[in-house]
Amino acid sequence: MPALYEQLEKDVRFIEGMKACMNCGVCTAVCPAAEVYDYDPRKVVSMVQERDEAQLEKLLKSDTIWRCGECLSCKTRCPRGNVPCYIIQALRALSIETGFFIESEQGRKQLAIKRTVGDHILKYGYCIYFDEVDLETYPEQGPVWEWMRKNRVSVMKRLGTSYRENRSGTLRNTTSESLDDLKKIFDETGGTDRFEKIEKYSAAKAKELGKEFSEEKDEYWKFLYNE
Amino acid sequence: MKIRKNENWAAYQKEIADDRYYFARSCIRQNIFPAAENLYMDILKNVLGRDVFDDIKQTSCTGIAYHSGLIPMETIMTVVARQFSLMNEAGYENFIVSCVTSFGIYVEILETWKHFPETLQKTRESLKKATGRTFEIPKNLVHASDVIYRFRKEISEKIKYKLINVNTGEPLKVVDHIGCHYAKIFPEHGIGGAEYPYVLAGLTDEWGGAQVDYPERRHCCGFGFRQYLLKSNRGYSVTNSKKKLDSMLPYKPDLIIANCPGCTFFLDRWQYVIAEQEGITYSENGFGIPVLTYEEIAGLLLGYDPWDIGLQIHQVTVEPLLEKLGIKYDPAKKYEGFNGEKIGNPEKPLTLRCI
Repeated sequence: MPALYEQLEKDVRFIEGMKACMNCGVCTAVCPAAEVYDYDPRKVVSMVQERDEAQLEKLLKSDTIWRCGECLSCKTRCPRGNVPCYIIQALRALSIETGFFIESEQGRKQLAIKRTVGDHILKYGYCIYFDEVDLETYPEQGPVWEWMRKNRVSVMKRLGTSYRENRSGTLRNTTSESLDDLKKIFDETGGTDRFEKIEKYSAAKAKELGKEFSEEKDEYWKFLYNE
Repeated sequence: MKIRKNENWAAYQKEIADDRYYFARSCIRQNIFPAAENLYMDILKNVLGRDVFDDIKQTSCTGIAYHSGLIPMETIMTVVARQFSLMNEAGYENFIVSCVTSFGIYVEILETWKHFPETLQKTRESLKKATGRTFEIPKNLVHASDVIYRFRKEISEKIKYKLINVNTGEPLKVVDHIGCHYAKIFPEHGIGGAEYPYVLAGLTDEWGGAQVDYPERRHCCGFGFRQYLLKSNRGYSVTNSKKKLDSMLPYKPDLIIANCPGCTFFLDRWQYVIAEQEGITYSENGFGIPVLTYEEIAGLLLGYDPWDIGLQIHQVTVEPLLEKLGIKYDPAKKYEGFNGEKIGNPEKPLTLRCI
């Protein structure tokens, strides 16, 4: 396998995001993740800039790279034109490629996102889909959502949507031709391979942790999603 | 010459096509506020007389998954290229993006293709190989709120109500919240740039309201993609929304206007959670601050029925706002189903006051 830096430098986001950091910390000052986590984008950029393979491997196996919320507020502010978020995006991709993501509590949660948003894209053609948003998974949706779900057919019709219908309009069914196109694009461009890697490495980790691992919302998914 | 702070936005302008748009829908807006995009299309078609095409063949851009670290850049580039191919096929050149996350994605991809031409070539090859399609880049690509901004004066001529409190004659105090990916990534692609975004403030000014300038005006709503999508990480999201809400509270806003489907959702729903968990409410008499999108505000002022445009499915009650605007509404119709079907009312939260 090529050196980690060699792989990182193939990512245009790394090329675009990593100029020369002077450690001023403006990115950290404006970062919403730094508000709530022990997370400091300034340190991430500084570490990556040092070009130490061992340190980079440690970073790829850490929770740190999964703390960013990708709001990209750092891009606007950096006086040197660095983009800590782009560097994070490249690090996350490499962490999955190498399988290092399962070594951190936050990294291994990628399976829970893959099994919801990821799979919904290929199943429905939407990142999120009404039928999958239940109150157990998303309790903050509140009583108005519960009412809407209970009366979904009548309310969706009342609001003039095309919910579950094969015509244009809001919440229409995605055509099978379009879903096929999405799948073929995923196969061709590495999306399917990325999903398979997440499942493969996660299966090994679930076994190590003694969690039941099958599909969809299994015991391992619930553990990752909730805890 | 010294430029006054409130005029800085004027340095950032962009071209917004006048007519004939291909409309790219939003996953979040369709699912969480399902009446909003129909209203948007109706305003464009029937109020402004514009041609806008709604394509059954389009899909998600995959942006939420991309920003959660799930999707390779090559994949999202090719999905976006397919959307452009659909636009070409339908005979359009101007592309409207409904979602702010998607808007950021589209702009970023166009910029990447410009700066790294080999990625454009690779995307062309991948799309052709996967689907047999080819594509041309749109002549004009804007966010949906840009179009409402462009036609704010035309809308102003047709509105039946203004952003004025009919009881006091005072302008309503309006907080604007711009989705981070509208202008923070590429300020030159946003009206007013990232520091002084004017795309929503311009609507407030034009339609009679007063802008609220508060300390955390530019702070993120707290979506955070994977931070919200995992229940274990959701504290990130509510904490950042609360930071904004606490910061705007002393200014007693009547209304929050947002241009991002996600931000609208978080600023609405986290008020419910903060009320139930902390006992804090952000408006008078235990109500919350209504959070509406630009097209929902435009629709209200133009005289659309609030329940036809889906304002009953916001968790924060909108009636106090309707009263201030002087808008007549039928309380009995709020929770009716299709054709007046009686389907009961939602349960009331314990702390957040809802009607």
